[in-house]
Amino acid sequence: MSRNLPVLVAALLFAAGYGLCATQYPAFLTTRVVGNLLADSAFLGIVAVGMTFVIIAGGIDLSVGSVVGFTTVFLALAITRWGLPPLAAFGLVLAAATLFGAAMGALIHVFAMPPFIVTLAGMFLARGAGFLLSTESVPIDAPLYGAVSDLALALPGGGRLTLTGGIMLAVFLAGGVLLHATRFGATVYALGGSRQTTALMGVPVGRNTVAVYALSSLLAALAGIVFSLDTASGTPLSAVGVELDAIAAVVIGGTLLTGGQGGLPGTVLGVMIGGLIQTAITFDGTLSSWWTKIATGLLLFAFIALQQGSVALAGRSERRARA
Amino acid sequence: MRESVSITALLVGAMLAWGGAVQAASLTVGFSQIGSESGWRAAETTVTKAEAKKRGITVKIADAQQKQENQIKAIRSFVAQGVDGILLAPVVATGWDAVLKEARDAKIPVILLDRDIDPSGKDLYLTAVTSDSVEEGRVAGNWLAKTVGEKPCNVVELQGTVGASVATNRKKGFDAAIAPHANLKLVRSQTGDFTRAKGKEVMESFIKAEGGHSICAVYAHNDDMMVGAIQAMKEAGLKPGREILTVSIDAVPDIFKAIAAGEANATVELTPDMAGPAFDALKAYKEKGTVPPKWIQTESKLYTAADDPLKVYERKKGLGY
Repeated sequence: MSRNLPVLVAALLFAAGYGLCATQYPAFLTTRVVGNLLADSAFLGIVAVGMTFVIIAGGIDLSVGSVVGFTTVFLALAITRWGLPPLAAFGLVLAAATLFGAAMGALIHVFAMPPFIVTLAGMFLARGAGFLLSTESVPIDAPLYGAVSDLALALPGGGRLTLTGGIMLAVFLAGGVLLHATRFGATVYALGGSRQTTALMGVPVGRNTVAVYALSSLLAALAGIVFSLDTASGTPLSAVGVELDAIAAVVIGGTLLTGGQGGLPGTVLGVMIGGLIQTAITFDGTLSSWWTKIATGLLLFAFIALQQGSVALAGRSERRARA
Repeated sequence: MRESVSITALLVGAMLAWGGAVQAASLTVGFSQIGSESGWRAAETTVTKAEAKKRGITVKIADAQQKQENQIKAIRSFVAQGVDGILLAPVVATGWDAVLKEARDAKIPVILLDRDIDPSGKDLYLTAVTSDSVEEGRVAGNWLAKTVGEKPCNVVELQGTVGASVATNRKKGFDAAIAPHANLKLVRSQTGDFTRAKGKEVMESFIKAEGGHSICAVYAHNDDMMVGAIQAMKEAGLKPGREILTVSIDAVPDIFKAIAAGEANATVELTPDMAGPAFDALKAYKEKGTVPPKWIQTESKLYTAADDPLKVYERKKGLGY
């Protein structure tokens, strides 16, 4: 029970927040706002799924925002300047990002380096590479992009479920299955619990560490594709600081930064709570937008306190059960 | 169950009708502002609020913190709120097609402020109220060429944020203006990100690299960077405004103080009142159906010590720069 408490609190918070907004701004009851919330959260949500895997495995990935930025620039240049078909460019960038993530994972495992430092290096590397490709924002003018921006499932009531919002929902589902219903998912939890124990159990720690970081980078590149579909352009300035937003969403969703505990449903809620705060502040129109950051900061504090509290409680009841 | 559904529907209907009635009385306009990275932008926000109040318009401001993704979100939520018009100061030139199409489908006119988008001129927006930033660079360059005369002059340049169209254009205009004068040589050019701190830092590196006394003039893409650069020059024992000529763009109050003190020479004004003409165009369009021209251009005026800088400073001080 106490293990699920943070997720429960996050769910209640989201519901209460949404209800409160709806009483203030009737437009919150329209499907348009729901559709917007999904479309706006799309790339952050996809990044946060990868981040959930990494954090549960006891690591951190600071490179994801830069990978998103690099991906958008690479796609813009590949499609517009080099004349690559969009789908080929997608495949190429997904493969490149997966290799990039795998390399970071390998460094972390083989040299037993702290993930923080390795992925920090990755962050600078990918951001720098993006600026090397182009310092300007480059428009993407491909028929596929025009078609995708018009492609949306019309919801009753004027809302639209965009393709990008749909991709995020699909990634949530696939990520949930992978984390909670497969052997790989169980290994991810074990890695975050204790690497030594996991190794002693005969689980190939190295291979799985590489896989986790490769997955995170792969999803970051997918988020970059979604970002570029949303804006039909690429700029090396895009998605600066998104890794921190993703970490915040994961933690608010009840995943422990120390690893071994948490889950995807919480992350989904964490992403949605962030989007809700931002939407509410835009609807208000008089508050400074920086309140988004302040609210996120306060929530983070509150949730970390809640987690520490529930972990301590769980420890005490376990001890009592043993005694 | 069915009853509760119909009651909810009734409530929602009543709320929507109420919202509609309020909107009919006065215009509600959403303004997606880039951020507050410079004094000029803070003044633009203040002037926008004042101009809206003057006309009885309710304005909702969303500060995007320099991020395009935040601006896209803001526009979407303005559309969801059913505002009467949207003002957008775009942080980058590209990537607006999809979200502007959403606004167009909802029949909400969008007016661009202070920067144009790429591809420009399409029917995705009603009009763009901008200064001609190439012209601003040109005015600055022409002033420098005229002031320097025939003697050789090494110029250093503090550029704006890399990739921002305004930085590219201010460079383009300045380069074009000094190109015919072989005695003016641009020796160093680096980005100072439009901020004071970065302007100071980059100027320090220029002084180190070039040796302070071989620099004859500084051109900064905005006044904030120049204020930083002036500080760097003073700390290096140089006399900006006397030994080293300065010209920058924006005309924020602090640069007038520097001009009055003889530490700066010239600035080209970028008026912070972009929203005034935008509101007028929007009102005319909403009430009479008048379609404005695709580009409403503001004036680029040059100020020097001859323009009573202290008086201009007093006038501009209260704007929130």
